[in-house]
Order: sequence, then C-alpha cells, then structure tokens
Amino acid sequence: MTKIVESAAEAVANIDDGSTILIGGFGNAGQPMELIGALLEGGAKNLTIVNNNAGQADEGLALLIKERRVDKIICSFPRQSDSWHFDEAYRAGEIELELVPQGNLAERLRAAGAGIGAFFTPTGYGTMLAEGKETREINGRNYVLEYPIHGDVALIKAFKADEKGNLIYRKTARNFGPMMATAAKQTIVQVEEILPTGSLDPENIVTPSIYTDVMVAIETESTALAAREQGAKN
Amino acid sequence: MLRDERVDRNTLAELVANDIESGSFVNLGIGQPTLVSNYLTAEHDVTLHTENGMLGMGRAAEDDEIDGDLINAGKIPVTETPGAAFFHQADSFAIMRGGHLDVCVLGAMQVSASGDLANWHTGAPDAIPAVGGAMDLAIGAKQVYVMMNLFTREGEIKLLPKATYPLTGVGCVSRVYTDHGIFELSESGTVTVKALFGLTFEELTSKSDIEFVDATGN
Repeated sequence: MTKIVESAAEAVANIDDGSTILIGGFGNAGQPMELIGALLEGGAKNLTIVNNNAGQADEGLALLIKERRVDKIICSFPRQSDSWHFDEAYRAGEIELELVPQGNLAERLRAAGAGIGAFFTPTGYGTMLAEGKETREINGRNYVLEYPIHGDVALIKAFKADEKGNLIYRKTARNFGPMMATAAKQTIVQVEEILPTGSLDPENIVTPSIYTDVMVAIETESTALAAREQGAKN
Repeated sequence: MLRDERVDRNTLAELVANDIESGSFVNLGIGQPTLVSNYLTAEHDVTLHTENGMLGMGRAAEDDEIDGDLINAGKIPVTETPGAAFFHQADSFAIMRGGHLDVCVLGAMQVSASGDLANWHTGAPDAIPAVGGAMDLAIGAKQVYVMMNLFTREGEIKLLPKATYPLTGVGCVSRVYTDHGIFELSESGTVTVKALFGLTFEELTSKSDIEFVDATGN
C-alpha cells in the first residue's frame, strides 16, 4: 500500500541515523530537492548516500555534505566546477568516497532490485577501479564481478503519480529513479501531482505502484516547464 | 591524406563527421567531440545518444527552449528531435555496454598503440577522481574514435606504445583523430597513418617508438 502524506517532512520522518539512502537525479534533473531539504531539517546523520554526483552548488545533496551528515558517498562523478562542499569535505578527510562507473552504478542498483546476487560486466576491466575484484574471461572477453547496491531508503522525484502509487517521469529527469525505486526497503517519492487512480494509461507506467511506499505531492519548476511545452505544441 | 598545416578543432570535427556512416547511432563525449554534431547534416541521418537517458538528442537549447528536465551528459540543456526516446540509466548503459551504438567519439589524455584509452584521471595524488560514464563509453560502442591534440602543451606525443596515466579501457580505441593526423589502431600495436597535417611521416616516427605504417597516400 502506498501512503500519501501531506509534507516532505512527514515523508522523511522515519529515516534513521546511519541509513543508506539512494537519491535520484543526474545533476539537478530529477533530484528530489524538497525531500532532501526535509532530510536536512530532520537532522539525520552518519548517512551513506548513493547518487550519480556529490552535490551541486548550495542546494540539495550539497547541503547535506556541507553539514557533515554524510559519512560515505557512492557515486560516479563527484568532482565538478560547483562541487565545492564535497571537495572541502573530501580534502579534509571527512567523507569516504566509493567511485563507481556510471553504468555500473545503474546496473548495481538494478541488480539489487531484481534479486541478482552479482554480475560480470566488461566495464572497468584492466583499470584501477577493478583492482582487487574478481575477474573472469567469458567467450574471449574479460569481465569484472560487481555486487548490488541495496538502500534502506530511496528518495526520488517523479513527474506524476496516481493514488495507487504508479509513477511516470519527465524527460531526462527519469535517470536513476526507476532503479532506485526497486532497490530500497522504503521508497519515498515526491511528484508534481497525484491523480485519481485510473488516470494514468497503464501502458505508460514506468514505475509500478508496488515499489512506491510513501508519496508526497510537491509542485516544482517541472510543472511550469511541462505547461510551457504543452502550450508550445497547441 | 596530406595537408601542410595542422587542422583546427572544427575542421577535425568535420573530418570525423564525414567518416560516420549515414543512419548511425552515435554518442559524442563531452568537450571536443561535441563539435562533431555541428557537422552532422540531415543526409547523415545520425541519431545521437546521451548516456543520461535519451536517443534523438537535438542541438543545445536556447532561451525559451531551456528545460531543466532535458539535459545532456554534460548537464547542458538540449532539445529533443522528432522520434526521440527517453529511458532510465540502466537501459541507457545497456544500449552502450550491449554494443548497440555504432560509434562513440571521446576525448583523451593518452591513447596506446593497441587502443588502450586514458581519459579520466592523471593519477595525481591530490586529484579528486571522477569517472562518470567514461569507462562504460570506452568499452561499449562498435567503434570508439578518439579526438585529441597529438601533442601535450609540453610537446610530448599522446599516442604512446603504452599509456602512463590510469586506464579508462583496454584495447578499446579503433581510430584517433588529431590536429596532426588520423591513425588507425590494431590489437597488434601497429598503427596505420591515414592522414598527416603539418607533420611528415619521418617527423612522426622520430617522436615515437610505435611501429607506424604510412597509408597517407591511399
């Protein structure tokens, strides 16, 4: 059953210190800023965060790192021109980094949600990111063994939901959301709008309701962007 | 092909574009490879893939077109073309790792004669490492082309018998497009020189221990 709550604060209220949290988004696209804001307010600490990046500028994930709530980050691309809060924490030795190639990050999350114990991938073979890992030659090609990444909680942003918890996404903001929704014990979703059950075409559902545990409607810039796009088409 | 002068980045991008077969599915890496899209015409009928989850990526977005939910792998707002498709990251990297893309064009810091690629990390102890999709891109596409300057600012050749920087992928690069020439690589480490720009074959061989085969006349 999907629980619909009234605020971001209520949505993240049960997140414990020391949790592993999967946070959706590629850069700011699809990043659940309001849920992250509520997590920051709520004071949860000693977190392990899984995200593609390590925060941009002075918002969202970057602020969690600034406030030293994050002990460890698992990501593919931490260093950016505006990742100053991560850079400072990393150079001070106050955050642990597990660097994962982006496709491996996506597949390890997918594997977690799909009940796969581990998988062999060619990505990273012969590089320093595969050092110490089991390898195998299969049909003449070399592969590295990679394990799933499970979360205690996933925080994701979708575009629209129905009351049952079925989700659709918008453009490239989809990114890690669908895998993360499957890979955590509890999936918390912020959406622009929650529609009556039956309003979404079943053929178009990207994340089926079985994965959605807690949902909150928060209108963001995505609604205005979608409305503008619709206006341009008419 | 022989030219008296080294070529600029735009001319090189045009040469790469002209070598991409029509109807191809292509991923262009961040930086210099992005310039290739300026020379892909309607006749090329190329579909661009961006690893953050889209096929059919259009040009960079301007003014009212800018949409924070529609960005490329460099996090730059882009447009969508008719027939575009969105998908999640696991599907996007399956497109790449599964060998479905025809061509991937990447930048590089070093390339070895047998096609090893180094383009993500200098290995400097104080550098914060960031890999993104580089390792997945390196090993995924049917053809991996590199675009880079042939020499560093200090004048050292970047096409080497063996890369000294940490690798991104092993034996993955098939062709290297540079300001001073175009090179075809092979598993054996023999490098076929397809073109030279502002550099003679003798000058090239004097700068490297690689076994070069001169095919500039073909």
